Amino acid sequence: MALAPADVLAGLKEIVEEVAGIPAASIELDKNFTDDLEVDSLSMVEVVVAAEERFGVKIPDEAVTDLATVGDAVNFIVNAAK
Amino acid sequence: MSRRRVVVTGLGATTPIGGDVTTSWSALLAGTSGVRSLTEEWAQTLPVHFAARVAVEPAEQMERVELRRLDRSEQFALVASREAWKDAGSPDVDKERLGVVIASGIGGVTTLLDQYDILREKGARLVSPHTVPMLMPNGPAANVGLELQARAGVHTPVSACASGAEAIGYALEMIRNDRADIVVSGGVEAAIHAMPMSGFAAMKALSTRNDEPQRASRPYDLNRDGFVLGEGGGILVLEEYEHAVARGAKIYCEIAGQGLTSDGYHIAAPDPDGAGVQRAVKFALRDSGLTTKDIVHLNAHATSTPAGDVAEANALRAALGTDADHVAVSATKSMTGHLLGGAGAIESVFIVKTLQDRLAPPTINIDDLDPAVTVDVVRDKPRALPTGDIAALNDSFGFGGHNVVLVFKSI
Repeated sequence: MALAPADVLAGLKEIVEEVAGIPAASIELDKNFTDDLEVDSLSMVEVVVAAEERFGVKIPDEAVTDLATVGDAVNFIVNAAK
Repeated sequence: MSRRRVVVTGLGATTPIGGDVTTSWSALLAGTSGVRSLTEEWAQTLPVHFAARVAVEPAEQMERVELRRLDRSEQFALVASREAWKDAGSPDVDKERLGVVIASGIGGVTTLLDQYDILREKGARLVSPHTVPMLMPNGPAANVGLELQARAGVHTPVSACASGAEAIGYALEMIRNDRADIVVSGGVEAAIHAMPMSGFAAMKALSTRNDEPQRASRPYDLNRDGFVLGEGGGILVLEEYEHAVARGAKIYCEIAGQGLTSDGYHIAAPDPDGAGVQRAVKFALRDSGLTTKDIVHLNAHATSTPAGDVAEANALRAALGTDADHVAVSATKSMTGHLLGGAGAIESVFIVKTLQDRLAPPTINIDDLDPAVTVDVVRDKPRALPTGDIAALNDSFGFGGHNVVLVFKSI
């Protein structure tokens, strides 16, 4: 099932806000999870699992290390859902 | 070189009778019970459906995101440590001379059990990545250490219901041994959950006075039938005396010594002769350079179990002799319930307040004093303590036969 990037971004914002307490308004495509949003390695696992549940995709552990920014995650999820 | 003296310069607590030290202490002097019926559905299926939950939920004292990464025991540790650190004047201390010793009897048991439910119901993928840091018994100490950036050492002694007192004793030694100048010490517990409660109930350790929860914790009463499980924690900032004086810190009192022994008798039952307790009192007095004459107050372990309270009272009578006649004994678990690994810590906080106000807190719920109790129990209302130099004891015992006695003295 195809997902719209804007919908994925909106969903990720909610997840990151829930997990890391970062206000959704400050979460943008170019933000780096570690450096900008203070999502540490443990919280990143929570984000990934929540995103898998929400968008019905698999995000393998090998792929997670490449997801540096919110935009990387949106692209990965949109592609994985195609 | 003379031995380094250690004083108390900060206090923090979150207890069933108050969300901080001031509130808890006022409630204690007023004889307020923190025991309540549990409204959760699971509690109705147990033989015991009451406990002493904290008076103020951590959710009212911490940020939401912080809460979800911390076990409830860790939340208590941070709440109480923040209060204690602030009370100590948020000292500017060399981090390599700052330590943390915070104990817990059981650790993150609710996290362990909740995540096990998730594992069984939803599978391994959904188990939280925070599970291990939340369930480890050193988690409360580690989180406080992290927040304060303590680098002299972060430790967690575990000795069941003696853990909190043992942590304070460990902190005392860290400062005496010149490993640290300030140590944040104490104990926490968060075990109000169907599983640990069922386990304690199976041992027949818990009171089953379901129709009168607030009257269930009744140390020294003839009709006591077990302890009431409590939750929360207490924190003391211990500091080397000269260090405290140099920075102009408020000094509550001195922690003068400790005595540690073990029974070698039974995994859960107290030694009826209380030989281990007597030796611990003797060691603690020797360690503090005091005698039985100096002791005017004891905050007793007294959990309200039929065997334990009398064994303890007998041991104290034997250890203190006729000097027990001038020791005002308070059993504050009658109001707070039994905080397990947090017990020795909140009771030490109460002792520090007792010395400060020269007022021994009451023991409530004694309708008929057990005639086998041979110590002078402070009943129903607070009792004034003498002026001049005074000292007080805290004793704590744990399943496994652990005995800890701490000595605090006025300064």
